[in-house]
Amino acid sequence: MANSEHTASVPPAIYSIAHLKHQPRRHYGRWLAAALIILALAMIVKAFAQGQIAWPVVGQFFTAPAILAGLWNTILMTICAMALGLVLGVVFAIMIMSPNPVLKYVAVFYIWFFRGTPLLLQLLLWFNLALIFPTLGIPGLFEMRTVDFMTPFMATLLGLGINQGAYTAEVVRGGILSVDNGQIEAAKVIGMTRLTMLRRIVLPQAMRVIIPPVGNEVISMVKLTSVASVIQYAEILRNAQAVYYANNRVMELLIVSAIWYLAVVTILSIGQHLLEKHYSKSLGRRTGKRTEPAAAQGA
Amino acid sequence: MSAMVVAVDVNKYFGPFHALQNVSLEIKHGEVLCIIGPSGSGKSTLLRCINQLERIDAGAIWIDDELVGFRQDGNKLYELTDAQIARQRLASGMVFQRFNLFAHMTVLENIIEGPVIVQKRAKASVIPEAMALLERVGLADKKDAYPSELSGGQQQRIAIARALAMQPKLMLFDEPTSALDPELVSEVLSVMRDLATSGMTMIVVTHELGFAREVAHRVVFMDHGRIVETGTPHDILSSPKQKRTQDFIAAVLS
Repeated sequence: MANSEHTASVPPAIYSIAHLKHQPRRHYGRWLAAALIILALAMIVKAFAQGQIAWPVVGQFFTAPAILAGLWNTILMTICAMALGLVLGVVFAIMIMSPNPVLKYVAVFYIWFFRGTPLLLQLLLWFNLALIFPTLGIPGLFEMRTVDFMTPFMATLLGLGINQGAYTAEVVRGGILSVDNGQIEAAKVIGMTRLTMLRRIVLPQAMRVIIPPVGNEVISMVKLTSVASVIQYAEILRNAQAVYYANNRVMELLIVSAIWYLAVVTILSIGQHLLEKHYSKSLGRRTGKRTEPAAAQGA
Repeated sequence: MSAMVVAVDVNKYFGPFHALQNVSLEIKHGEVLCIIGPSGSGKSTLLRCINQLERIDAGAIWIDDELVGFRQDGNKLYELTDAQIARQRLASGMVFQRFNLFAHMTVLENIIEGPVIVQKRAKASVIPEAMALLERVGLADKKDAYPSELSGGQQQRIAIARALAMQPKLMLFDEPTSALDPELVSEVLSVMRDLATSGMTMIVVTHELGFAREVAHRVVFMDHGRIVETGTPHDILSSPKQKRTQDFIAAVLS
């Protein structure tokens, strides 16, 4: 080294640093903000503790049969409606990207209609379908009265699932668009048809883009089921309301429902976090940057 | 020798851009043809028309005496369905500039995907063949690796093995070494050289004039969507007759 004689020489006094200490920056603002928030929280807790809330009632109804049945219905509906939404989402995403103009415009119309009208209105439409179609089925083969088929469960399932499908279709479409065109060409040249290519090459690679927003939508679906209380689907909020109409413990029953919603959403959030971690990991491993030529030395 | 590929007056437009202008070409069984020319000259487009990644706007192409993309009935040509086009594509294997290995599959999965899923052959008989192909391109030890774990040269050799696994009649190479670091080019060219020696019909779009000189039976020079000159490697690379070809060769070699 050309400058080795410089580094070896004794530095002048101004550069001696042995007595100096690093001091981290002080965050007075954070301490102040935290103190204010704790104060505000304490006041809210005090208000709830001293307010018109009978906490023993909350405990008493927390595991009441009506509440647990409602909780089960909420979870069941979340699973069923989300499953329907996913299937419809994938089907309509494929349709909207199809070269067939008929399929494409059917999908465009579906998304336009179900994203363009309020969910509540759609639920009411399904629930009152008997006003337009008094009977359902294939004439001559089998028929049934619409009111027998369109139970609160069916109306909620169709309403939530079909509405969800319109949103999920856009998510799936985004995922499909994220797949590199070279992958599609490679699939074509080994003789794959469009559907085989979607199933084997495109959708598996689109998953890592699709999964995070769908996880988000599952969480949102848990809470959306509460809208179905207006068409008498016995989910947790509706059952809580039924109880407080009888015993007038409004706040207590709402708190019970809120705690259950938070519990379910917390569990799902943890699940979503783990799923995303899993997919980002395989993203790094499978489509990370190309290895350097060093890896090719064995060749 | 009969013709493997015959192209007659092929025309292709991208919007107003006339990418191929009355291109006619014949490639014999077992022939190795290199197509050279500046970028935008239509050489990749011609390759992509042969395996129907692009649809031709006029003219006709036959592979092994089968009309590509259409069914002839009297004087009318009827466009084939997607499934029929997919079946026709099995005649040719293609290797891309950017490799395009399936990113979510291991090396072995990449190679057996076509034979198992498309040709519906039994996995048990396909895997030994796939391993033999990996042996042939010198990468048997990488069978469980993912494409992202491999160098460009290794990925391209896997891509060649994947195409060969479909047992195609001819192989199309679209600038197979253009995306590679310079020191990785030779390992890919050496696999291609072996393939040419084995008698495979090959159409190679390339900038590797050395490879063309050594391996090709015939070289085609294209420019502005037309075939400017065709001849033996010596004709085209050492004593080109057309001014345009002379300029191109001079520019590449300088």
